[in-house]
Amino acid sequence: MSDMLTDAAGLPVMLTRDRTHITVRGLYKSFAGSPLYENFDLDIPEGRIISIFGPNGCGKSTLMNMIAGLIPVDQGEILFDGKTLKQTRIGYVFQQYREALFPWIRAIDNIAYPLKRMGLGKPQVKARVDELVAEFDIRFDLNRYPYELSGGQQQTVCIMRALAPRPEVLFLDEPFSALDYEMTLFIRDKLQDIYLKTGVTMVIVSHNLEDAVFLADKILLLTRRPTRIADYMPFDLARPRNPASMSESSFVATKAHALEIFQREVRA
Amino acid sequence: MEPTLTRRLLPFLGPVLFFVVWYGVVVLGLVNKVLLPSPFETVAFLANSLVKGVMVIDIWATFERTAIAFACAAAVGVPLGIALGSSETAYRSVEFLIDFFRSTPSSALIPLFLLIFGITDANKIAIAAFAAVLVILFNSAYGVMHARKTRILAARVMGANAWDIFRDVLLMESLSQTFVGLRNGISMALVIVIVAEMFIGSETGLGHRIIDAQQVLNVKDMYASILVTGALGYLLNVAFLVMEKRFIHWSGK
Repeated sequence: MSDMLTDAAGLPVMLTRDRTHITVRGLYKSFAGSPLYENFDLDIPEGRIISIFGPNGCGKSTLMNMIAGLIPVDQGEILFDGKTLKQTRIGYVFQQYREALFPWIRAIDNIAYPLKRMGLGKPQVKARVDELVAEFDIRFDLNRYPYELSGGQQQTVCIMRALAPRPEVLFLDEPFSALDYEMTLFIRDKLQDIYLKTGVTMVIVSHNLEDAVFLADKILLLTRRPTRIADYMPFDLARPRNPASMSESSFVATKAHALEIFQREVRA
Repeated sequence: MEPTLTRRLLPFLGPVLFFVVWYGVVVLGLVNKVLLPSPFETVAFLANSLVKGVMVIDIWATFERTAIAFACAAAVGVPLGIALGSSETAYRSVEFLIDFFRSTPSSALIPLFLLIFGITDANKIAIAAFAAVLVILFNSAYGVMHARKTRILAARVMGANAWDIFRDVLLMESLSQTFVGLRNGISMALVIVIVAEMFIGSETGLGHRIIDAQQVLNVKDMYASILVTGALGYLLNVAFLVMEKRFIHWSGK
């Protein structure tokens, strides 16, 4: 692609372009015979942050995991800019950072792991890791083992690891739910920071409406199963957003609207 | 610093109490002196035998057999366990066999091994290795099978292929359980070696020494040899715990 810049390690740097990035068409998925998704279509725009929110058991994580290839689909097609998943570089941040990191290697080697898997040479790996460390303004010792770090630090390492290969899409599965409020604010801020710097497409599953709205350009609200799209709300409050943004009228209104739909769906 | 000192001395309380009770029983004449010598006599005998070197030959013989049996068991059990563990279908197909023989007291197989190997050193080593290999194999397989699903998914999403996942996740993930197997395995090997030394014609070894002493009512030697056997088992266990702490630093965290 001609419009892609590359960095020191030769990895393409993402550019923000306002067009569809991920297309989901005719998705079908059933569990134990009962359909969860049936003839489900979804467009995810490029270079935007999409939050997925919905009632318990509607399959928010399942939807994201099918897009990310962690769960197989029964039927349907999912394409990234027309490419298949195999041709696409993705990053994934798990809710359970403790179980997602490799405790036998140091935090810094965890971050370098996907780069090594890509077959990059030592100097390139080091260049990219150094860049990430600078970007994230890391104040703790990455030469420690993951279990020696706090929860927030571990999740930071997870995010750095996911971003290391400069993914085209970053998936985050409830990235805050194992963190306390202080760390949630910190990580949320970091994610917005990274987004503003790289413009990477992000898909976030959240069970907390505040987190879902705060980061999002678009909020995907799902119904109870069989799951359909209840609403796909845009939210274009200017960035960078900060804790004060949460009291702005557009934030309050969007959150209230989302809550209304959510409650309607829960009752349904 | 009072409380910490008391705390540090706590582990010694049990052994001290043990010797006090032992001494009391002897002094009060609750047990025939022919059957139970005083702890001082026993420890003095033990020290004397160690210095003179007569017992060292037996300790070494038992240790050597145990070590060889354990090495064979580990060399077979760890790779085989990891291989079986990484294929659920393979493991399920042999699971019953493993569980059955793991539940069979290996000493029940001594006569069978006698038929195959005769009254040799190889026999003692073979049966101890057989007993240890199942424990080791089971634990290694279990360690691989219970690898965190999230970690496997994380590796896959980062572009790891099946071999990468095996080497970087499954193998590492199984190590702490493998160590549990190795630790239990060497204890098992020692138990079987001691039994084999008692009942399969033997010239050396602590098992041979214990039963010989008993036959001629040399009770001081018998008790001293039992203490040494216990110490050997304990030290082997501690050695593995120390190794585990050092190499599997993430264990339990």
